[in-house]
Amino acid sequence: MSVPMYGLMAEFQSPEQLVHATEAAYKAGYRRMDAYSPFPIEEVSEAMHFHDDLLRRIVLVAAISGLITALVLQVLGSAIDYPLNIGGRPLLDWPAFIPITFELTILFSGFAAVISVVVLNGLPQPYHPVFNAPNFDRASIDRFFLCIEANDPKFERTATRTFLEGLHPMNVSEVDQ
Amino acid sequence: MALSSEPLNRAGNIERKEPYIGPGETLDSINNKITDIVFTAPRDTPRGWFLGFGIAFLLLMVFLYAVTDLLIRGVGVWGINIPVAWAWDIINFVWWIGIGHAGTLISAILLLFAQDWRNSINRFAEAMTLFAVACAGLFPILHLGRPWFFYWLIPYPNTFGMWPQFRSALTWDVFAISTYALISLLFWLIGLVPDFAKMRDTTKNSMLKFIFGIASLGWRGSAKHWNRYEIAYILLAGLSTPLVVSVHSIISLDFAISVVPGWNPTIFPPYFVAGAVFAGFAMVLLLVIPIRHFYGLQNYITMKHIDNMCKIMLATGLVVVYGYIVELYIALYSGVEVELALIQNRVFGIHATSFWALIFFNGLAIQPLWFKSVRRNLPAIFIISISISIGMWLERFVIIVNSLSTDYLPSSWAPFYPTIYDVALYVGTLGLFFTLLFLFIRTLPMINIFEMQMLQHKTATGSSVVDSGVGEQAMEKLGDRH
Repeated sequence: MSVPMYGLMAEFQSPEQLVHATEAAYKAGYRRMDAYSPFPIEEVSEAMHFHDDLLRRIVLVAAISGLITALVLQVLGSAIDYPLNIGGRPLLDWPAFIPITFELTILFSGFAAVISVVVLNGLPQPYHPVFNAPNFDRASIDRFFLCIEANDPKFERTATRTFLEGLHPMNVSEVDQ
Repeated sequence: MALSSEPLNRAGNIERKEPYIGPGETLDSINNKITDIVFTAPRDTPRGWFLGFGIAFLLLMVFLYAVTDLLIRGVGVWGINIPVAWAWDIINFVWWIGIGHAGTLISAILLLFAQDWRNSINRFAEAMTLFAVACAGLFPILHLGRPWFFYWLIPYPNTFGMWPQFRSALTWDVFAISTYALISLLFWLIGLVPDFAKMRDTTKNSMLKFIFGIASLGWRGSAKHWNRYEIAYILLAGLSTPLVVSVHSIISLDFAISVVPGWNPTIFPPYFVAGAVFAGFAMVLLLVIPIRHFYGLQNYITMKHIDNMCKIMLATGLVVVYGYIVELYIALYSGVEVELALIQNRVFGIHATSFWALIFFNGLAIQPLWFKSVRRNLPAIFIISISISIGMWLERFVIIVNSLSTDYLPSSWAPFYPTIYDVALYVGTLGLFFTLLFLFIRTLPMINIFEMQMLQHKTATGSSVVDSGVGEQAMEKLGDRH
């Protein structure tokens, strides 16, 4: 074996089969796996027991920092650094600060959501071993793939292949690193 | 079959729910149909596209001329003066930004309400939003007099030791519009990433493969990626929904927090937001009707979609008409002399024609939409949409010019007449808008492919595994966790 293996890839025809296969793989004790589909299928990530709260937390932190930034900016600008007395109106008239505070909260959260989805997903990543799998260019169109990765403790070349073949895929192939 | 669960129509027949996607579509056919439009070789581009793009491009040249002349000679080339110190520039600004709002409504609010039918029009409507906001943003900047100093509006450490006035609605505008433009851009771009991956995998051309490969960021459709993607998408939708309401509310505050007669009713924010959605849906229809015809997209943008859009247009139109009535009523009820004089002027004065035209274009012309036969009649809808676009423009004319030309001091009253440069700049931004739009439909997938595939899978198999919108799943996910 010259090239180390990344994993074994099974190809399915429908989302239902993929969900079923992912559930079976999890039940069989496999943990390091990923599924590939042309559109989001909620039950697949559920079947893998994949949960990630980080993105939501990042967005919340960003929202709060946007809010604080806006308030500091306006208080600094209108009351401390450049106080303008206009007809004796109060310098710290917070109701007038609400629109900008609201807008900056949204702006910071929006950027945080988009940047996090890219960064947490490890993108941009033009090369990835799964692109070597045969027929994988249909993973974005009309095929559904499940890959059990070689670094899974339970992974064994032949046993895992037999297991995947038992799930009635269209084919099973080895993916090079 | 569980017949009892299907609704009965008046004749007592079983009425099958009309699907939002035509018959005979598969995951593959959806992908090919939408990507083919982009992959058409340049020499095979439909002639109609060249014609449309050519006209739009000529108008873009008018725009460049109008802007150049303005920069050389100043805002005096417009018809504005005291007391009407801003007219077409602010009218066009509000008109364009309002058109943009339908895009956000479709992409964000309908997502939160889990409306399947948004899937086939959201990409398109978001693009329309972006281009409309680009046109809108130009007007206040060009009206500055010295537009090259526009960055003075943004708070930044400067050697003058000065700050913008944060209590001014115009500074709020700067923040609202720039936030709106940036969030709309992010929403649009993030939606394009998985579709770029589809383009990359569909094309045989190695150069296009490379370009779309880079643009897709190496998206590979991993379930873990989709999971985060959906959460981010629904959060963006949740953020955009109050944003779109706030943007037009803040624009209405440009007027409503002033003391000019006719500008300070409390109805302004909701009435402006409804008007924006009203005008925006009219523009979506004006664009969608020809495009679905020329590109044969009847299977994706069905008559049911058009029917739904007409209903939203009718509903928001009625809110707008209610706004007109409340404006008149509040003026009469207040008994304030200047407000009464204003109403008198609006209905019978020098600019009264525009008021009555407004009532006709926005109030009367939409009434046929009550009938289903009209909501399914494309030429009729097209004409009504044009009427609404004119009407909404007139609405802003009535509010702005009428109030300013007859202020508190009768000795300073003066009518407003636009010059050729007002017209040229307005027509020019239409050119900018349509140029960008023609480039968009030629170079990017104008319908969201992966959401259409979800819709197809749900429609075809009745699958419970796949919901029909990104939002639905993510909403459940957000709910599940806490």
